[in-house]
Amino acid sequence: MAISKKARPFEWARKHLLGLRELSRDELLYVLDTAAGFEEVSKREVKKTPALRGKLIVNLFFEDSTRTRNSFTLAASRLSADVINFTSKESSVSKGESLLDTARNLEALGVDIVIIRHNAGGAPTFLSRNINACVVNAGDGYCEHPTQGLLDAYTIRKHKGGLKGLKIAIVGDIAHSRVARSDMWAMTKLGAEVIFVGPPTLMPAEVGKLPVTVSYSLDDCIEKIDVINMLRIQFERQSGNPFPSVREYSHYFGLTVDRMKRAKPDIMVMHPGPINRGLEMESEVADGKNSVILEQVSNGVAVRMAALFLVNQAAAQKATEK
Amino acid sequence: MKAILNDKQIDKILKELADRIIKDNADSRNIAIVGIRSRGEILAQRLSQKLSEKLGRTVSCGTLDITLYRDDLNSPQQNNQPKVRPTEIGFDIDDKVIILVDDVLYTGRSARAAMAALIDFGRPKTIRLAVLVERAGREVPIQADYAGYKADVKPGKLVSVFLAESDGKEQVVIE
Repeated sequence: MAISKKARPFEWARKHLLGLRELSRDELLYVLDTAAGFEEVSKREVKKTPALRGKLIVNLFFEDSTRTRNSFTLAASRLSADVINFTSKESSVSKGESLLDTARNLEALGVDIVIIRHNAGGAPTFLSRNINACVVNAGDGYCEHPTQGLLDAYTIRKHKGGLKGLKIAIVGDIAHSRVARSDMWAMTKLGAEVIFVGPPTLMPAEVGKLPVTVSYSLDDCIEKIDVINMLRIQFERQSGNPFPSVREYSHYFGLTVDRMKRAKPDIMVMHPGPINRGLEMESEVADGKNSVILEQVSNGVAVRMAALFLVNQAAAQKATEK
Repeated sequence: MKAILNDKQIDKILKELADRIIKDNADSRNIAIVGIRSRGEILAQRLSQKLSEKLGRTVSCGTLDITLYRDDLNSPQQNNQPKVRPTEIGFDIDDKVIILVDDVLYTGRSARAAMAALIDFGRPKTIRLAVLVERAGREVPIQADYAGYKADVKPGKLVSVFLAESDGKEQVVIE
């Protein structure tokens, strides 16, 4: 695995992790290198380190999520931080409290890091401008899901040594996918070529302005790609009928055993989860030798530990500068 | 800047340390070496090589990254931002005699952090501390079991260790 031997002449200075669009290539590599240091912690007898002892972390989730929230909770626990879960359904948000008031209340409890997921794009940025705590974006609208983009890049880097020159296809519901966007920023900055694949109805309106190529046919590109990331069709976010039927979508854009026969033998098959088996991907492929889907889940904990550790480091540094 | 050790002296000190470690541990089968990143890692590898040659068997050697156990993570950083790197201990430390290796023993805080990190991997029989250079300035009650060279250094001065693998030269200087 490619971990640079010499320390980069570089300091991590961000106390918020809001998106990957704003990160430089050096910053991305710094997080990935740091995550490599954390991966081993989960294999120890005592899977805990004291790095964030006494810190309070809040999972502030305005959208349903199990795996991302659990992953963040586990990451925080392995750094010895205390974690409060705050979900909108069982909280005062359902009673009409504003985001800012909710956050200020949490701040009064002494929270150090807020991990926020919100259906409105930009909510994490808004929060970061109005509270003192560190803010980590766990998904906002259709904008970004930075830790997912980082863990995808981490997983690819681990297998391929780096991302430079790789052809990476992101397939499916691009329009509703913050994962696709964060992946795109991370992967292109690290030197990969990203292809968005899907029906025109599931492409974002602004796709022409993004640093990607677009393909409306998976069959046209399956043979030349090194990594394929299959997105879930987000039925809960769709209005109208983006495709005639689920079967037709699956026929044209599903990753089937037949399509895999035409792919490179060492193609990496990824999925951010949860999988709709038989829809975007056949079970044999999801469980096959090219699949790194479960590895993505384990790597997610290491990447999130790195993110929490680094924002806290930057906050400690800023506090002393004042 | 004043040079206090050269390449030959460094090598001689490591040989002496290896001899003393063997002499003190009648049951040498349990000995394993763990170096503290980054220069302790290099010294640990050299020490384990010397022990392996003398004992005629491979002495396990691992590397400890103590960043996450430092007591100054939330304090002002004097030097560079600490970068987390993997700890690599590829053997079971339970019931072993672990020789912790570092380049310089100064405040003792690194050794304290290293011990805290080490016991998260298991329960060694004993932990010993071996350093290339020992100097005054302890801030915690920790002493070296094996000190290669005792440097008389005034407060405010710095002992710097340069090793071929990381710095391209072999030298210990007082700056």
